[in-house]
Amino acid sequence: MSFFFTLLALVVALGFTWRYLGSYMASVFEGRVHFLGRLERPIYRLLATSPEHEQTWKRYAGALVIFSAVSMFFTYVVLRLQGSLPLNPQHLGSLNPALAFNTSVSFVTNTNWQNYGGETTMSYFSQMGALTVQQFVTPAVGIAVAIVVVRGFSRRNSQTVGNFWVDITRCLLYILLPAAFLFGIIFVAQGAVQTLAGTVSFHDALNNVTQTMARGPIAFMEAIKQLGTNGGGFLNANSGTTLENPTGLTNFLSIYLLLAIPVALTYTFGKMVGSIRHGIALLSVMTLLFGVWVGFTSFAEHQNNPAVAAAGVHSTVGNTEGKEVRFGDTSSALFAVASTSTSTGSADASYDSFTPIGGLGLMSGMMIGEVSPGGTGSGLYTLLIYAILAVFIGGLMIGRTPEYLGKKIQAREVKLAGLGALIMPITVLIVTALAVSIAAGRAGPLNGGPHGFSEILYGLTSQGNNNGSAFGGLSGNTPFYNVVGAIDMLLGRFAIMIPVLALGGALAQKSAVPESLGTFRTDNGMFVGLTIGVILIIGGLTFFPAISLGPIVEQLSHVRFF
Amino acid sequence: MLVHLRRSLVMATICMVLFGFVYAFAGTGVAQLLFRSQANGSVGANGSLLIGQNWSSPNWFHGRPDDTGPYAADPAKGTSGGDNPLKANGVSGESGATNLGPRSAALLADTKQLVAYWHKLGVNPTPDLVTTSASGYDPDISPQDALVQVPMVARATGIAPTRLRTLISAQTHGPQFGFLGSSYINVLQLNEALARLR
Repeated sequence: MSFFFTLLALVVALGFTWRYLGSYMASVFEGRVHFLGRLERPIYRLLATSPEHEQTWKRYAGALVIFSAVSMFFTYVVLRLQGSLPLNPQHLGSLNPALAFNTSVSFVTNTNWQNYGGETTMSYFSQMGALTVQQFVTPAVGIAVAIVVVRGFSRRNSQTVGNFWVDITRCLLYILLPAAFLFGIIFVAQGAVQTLAGTVSFHDALNNVTQTMARGPIAFMEAIKQLGTNGGGFLNANSGTTLENPTGLTNFLSIYLLLAIPVALTYTFGKMVGSIRHGIALLSVMTLLFGVWVGFTSFAEHQNNPAVAAAGVHSTVGNTEGKEVRFGDTSSALFAVASTSTSTGSADASYDSFTPIGGLGLMSGMMIGEVSPGGTGSGLYTLLIYAILAVFIGGLMIGRTPEYLGKKIQAREVKLAGLGALIMPITVLIVTALAVSIAAGRAGPLNGGPHGFSEILYGLTSQGNNNGSAFGGLSGNTPFYNVVGAIDMLLGRFAIMIPVLALGGALAQKSAVPESLGTFRTDNGMFVGLTIGVILIIGGLTFFPAISLGPIVEQLSHVRFF
Repeated sequence: MLVHLRRSLVMATICMVLFGFVYAFAGTGVAQLLFRSQANGSVGANGSLLIGQNWSSPNWFHGRPDDTGPYAADPAKGTSGGDNPLKANGVSGESGATNLGPRSAALLADTKQLVAYWHKLGVNPTPDLVTTSASGYDPDISPQDALVQVPMVARATGIAPTRLRTLISAQTHGPQFGFLGSSYINVLQLNEALARLR
């Protein structure tokens, strides 16, 4: 019953956010919000740019790629020099080149895959100056790309798509910074840790236990980690720890925060293209998929853990292995689905210990391309790719030139959308095949049998989708996984973003065709169903053979343990 | 190309200063000003409320078995066990789950060992008491997890079971606002209250 109220509260909170954050974000990107103008204008001066200087999609993409490369370089340098930098109370050494490379790629691609243990590897300097920075910057970049596609639909006969520097600055100052700061305060009030004072030791005279606890600037990193669908926590066990996620309320707020921007962007889209109904259609696709995934994953986690049941302990409180008492089974499952259906990848439970079907729920949320509701920006632009494919297929079925929002969808747009939809599955399946073919890859999993394969498949799916969650048993800090994972993450981010920017540019150049009686409707239930169909068919056909070797075999192997 | 590079260097520097350091320092300032105790880790006389501890004696209520039986710290093997926020009784570790899969033979064997461990203490264990947590140092147990331990604690301490049950219900935190999360008891708080009862 309390799970029902949790869902209800989430729907109400997200409903308001959709309406008001959505329209606020449209105002931000249309340049009508100025309350931090004293900070915004000097930044443009230092960059020698201004909102009036618009870029073509090629220049926009060039700025994005070079800025990301520079960000990666900054992150890499900080991690490599960590041992000689200040704010390092635990005197942690520098990272080795492979791990520093993987980590810098991971944070610059918004993946936040962590091949390191936070509290035993990263100094406060690195957590703040390298990782938290990217947790602000990368969602801004993702949202900027989504806004370019939106402008592709809203502009007519335009050679330009906006100014990259202006878009990310506005997103950072007016959306991410105020919200993250506000929620950081709430997290501290609830008990999350925020200090620069280093570790603390204590002795308990009752049981004669002495402990030393890691601390750090955790709570405010937590806020942007969730809001920006980043997912990389301060500590190894992420949101499972009380230091990051102390109460039922912070757990709920985490779920809310990581869904907020991806959901609200559909309203922003509707408002900017002048048809809220089109935004509602996309929101419906997200909500229906999310609802189904929450349903079967939380049902699966409310069942017994097969190994625990075989040991003779039967549960009425679901699968408790790897879960925290204060959250319980269904709330942990809700968090997990929210985290894997966006590109967040934070975890308040051990996903590796989920039941086979529960684990499948998480894996498949990523495999359908993270569109329900997807990452900050990446969710909207990936969903628009599927919408374009749905329009194309719908157009073929009724024999008309497909149009979406008055823009003709022609060969070039379909090719770019097809490329955007297929790069992820191709990359993920090839690197997974590589990992299971060679000894260095097979050395990774902790668990045996089909679950070992699931660990590899999950890890490479997560990195290819820039999610960052893991079946934590996989030992990723090896030269093989550090390098292959980094390639997987880079392709999953930039090999999709560039065709998407090209798509935005191509659409912006087109003039609008007036709507007629024969126009294929793209704002009704039929279109929602068609888009969901396209998403499920592409995701299902590409990944079904792989998942049947992992979670499905595992679910069906009764009474066998590996 | 060069103009992109120059702007990227400037922007990356601005971001590092503003969203790395200014953000975290300002946040720490506000946190220390308004919520000092929470921000510093909720540390009391006997430890932090955020971190589970190893309660091995039957005189006390036990937490989740993160550091018990098959999961106990073994300095000889260099394994840290759970309940280890960085260092516990001299052994180094970090937060983390066991990551054993749902059809793991190791998980089956470990769980059987824990069931035997509890039976030896005269406790019929609940699922929480034979499974480990996400963090590896879950500081909480459910009211049911505490109630099944009442006979053990009553026998060891001589305190009447009814008084222990009253203590448990007094220490139970319900779901926040009545519906967020599950009911839980902080084991450290429970045992501190138990110590006052003696």
